[in-house]
Amino acid sequence: MHIPVDGFMYPNEVELQWSVLIVLYPFLTGLVAGAFILASLERVFQVQAVKPTYRLALLTALAFLLVAPMPLQLHLGHPERSFEMYLTPHGSSAMAMFGFVYLWYLLAVLVLEIWLDYRRDIVILSQTTTGWRRAIYRVLTLGSNNISPHALHIDDRAGWLITVIGIPSAFLLHGYVGFIFGSVKANPWWSSPLMPVVFLFSAMVSGIAVVLLLYMLLTRLRGEPIDMRCVDTMARYLFYTFIIDFSLEMLDLVHRIYEADESFRSLDFMVHTRLYFSQIVLQILLGTLAPIILLGITQVIKLSDLVRKRIYATAGCLTLIGIFAMRWNVVIGGQLFSKSFLGYTTYKMGFVAREGLLTAIVLSILPFVFLWALVKILPPWPEKALLARSASPQ
Amino acid sequence: MTITRRQLLILLPAAAVAWNYILAGTPEASPNYNMAEHWWAMLVDITKCIGCGSCVRGCQQENHVPDGYYRTWVERYHIEDWQMEYPEVDSPDGGKNGFPPAKETGGKNFFVPKLCNHCADSPCTQVCPVGATFVSPDGVVLVDQKYCLGCRYCVQACPYGCRFINPQTETANKCTLCYHRITKGLTTACCEVCPTGARQLANLKDPKDPIHDFLRTHSVQVLKPQMATRSKCFYNGLDGAVR
Repeated sequence: MHIPVDGFMYPNEVELQWSVLIVLYPFLTGLVAGAFILASLERVFQVQAVKPTYRLALLTALAFLLVAPMPLQLHLGHPERSFEMYLTPHGSSAMAMFGFVYLWYLLAVLVLEIWLDYRRDIVILSQTTTGWRRAIYRVLTLGSNNISPHALHIDDRAGWLITVIGIPSAFLLHGYVGFIFGSVKANPWWSSPLMPVVFLFSAMVSGIAVVLLLYMLLTRLRGEPIDMRCVDTMARYLFYTFIIDFSLEMLDLVHRIYEADESFRSLDFMVHTRLYFSQIVLQILLGTLAPIILLGITQVIKLSDLVRKRIYATAGCLTLIGIFAMRWNVVIGGQLFSKSFLGYTTYKMGFVAREGLLTAIVLSILPFVFLWALVKILPPWPEKALLARSASPQ
Repeated sequence: MTITRRQLLILLPAAAVAWNYILAGTPEASPNYNMAEHWWAMLVDITKCIGCGSCVRGCQQENHVPDGYYRTWVERYHIEDWQMEYPEVDSPDGGKNGFPPAKETGGKNFFVPKLCNHCADSPCTQVCPVGATFVSPDGVVLVDQKYCLGCRYCVQACPYGCRFINPQTETANKCTLCYHRITKGLTTACCEVCPTGARQLANLKDPKDPIHDFLRTHSVQVLKPQMATRSKCFYNGLDGAVR
């Protein structure tokens, strides 16, 4: 495959090493961390307005977390050796910690918190359902059918404690992803101590946006009214987080422009040519400024519910496009220029290939399939059977 | 003898570790070679390189390097007096078959052979998630082909562009300083075939090695010193424009 090159690249640099799948990885983990942090708002910080999205946010985080390692596995030259990261992790490698951070977050935080939160529902459903559903719920009870007020109180306290531990864990998960890039001193596009912080805030932005969109979509599909206080609060948090995220990114940009080190000319050229559409148009104008302005309008002008809902939906979609573009520009952009700063290569993405567009599309859809299954098994909103049971004395 | 479930659970991980050890095999023997007496380095004399590409061809033959990938390559620099910071560089097919005639527009032309710098503080070994790439006790950066995951983090981390993923093995690949030769008292393939002696393998631990005299009497530089990798590929006559 011929890859067009401008100027001079070191001969081994012409082919890009990290593909669209590695773009997906930080995008997916960002959604996980962001959704979890949103859930923690209700649990730890007592923001009651976002309560309707609490369980949905947790399930969303789990669905995306289950898919997050898949692009990495597909990308590896030898996926069958990936377990070596657990057996013989290399202490000095940022990447070696992935498995541990991932397992900690998946098992010790997310799954445990979801189980504790749903335990009462699971026990009730294991007694009220029949057939295969009953079998699933009986397994999920893990043999504990005690839903006395005392037991539920213990669940609640344990869940609170896990969420408290989960917040720094979510920060760790995504800050760490930023560190993987930010610590590569050979690459001036990546090498920045701001990278983990920028990744973290962009994660929160994308996580809030995806839960906002999912909540509005699922509520509409269920024919229920959208809780405007809830979406207004989420939109407000999205707006504030976005401003911090944008400020950090601009700080990084201004610093690079003002400092203008040896890599600047090369990077500047790249932003104005190869990355112009994905960076300037998609990430900054369409994916950042437009949603910030839209959300800002809702903060200063009193608009009707319908208009606000439409604005939130538009801003949410644009946000996700912008954050995906940001991941693209970091991962792909960081490989388009030569480390000699004398030339540029081109990213050629296949369609039906292991690391092609089709795989990326499938992996992007997969979390929603998982979420659908999770919502079916663990409904985030009270079901009739559960409500009836709640109304009757236990 | 009967084994209880508890004993089996204890035995299984132990057996897995033992099996892994057996699979790892034993290293190729080199009885007359003592690692502790060596600390390998490479000396490249830019003033002697004629850009013939013999080193690239020799390396590819010796190490079965696939076409389009390079464990070593040669770059040609063309620098105008008024554009010292922005040289024109080319390296057609890594300089394997030499170079087309140079521009005759003034300025200066010279060749720069490149290879793994075998850094003592190598960023590539730092980032490897499983330690498949490592600095050997005698100072050579190597990759365990049976252990590498093919995650490509090391390729990203190398500031000099010396690593690639071998499409046949799907693992990281790079100059081994012909480790299979130097541990048997031979020199590297690239040094062996260089017609002008522009490359010299050196043992920094050997006080009689001519490199010590050379380093004392010449202005020698490493590539990208700002990267602080403690590179062991020393260049004589290195122009400031070289990246």
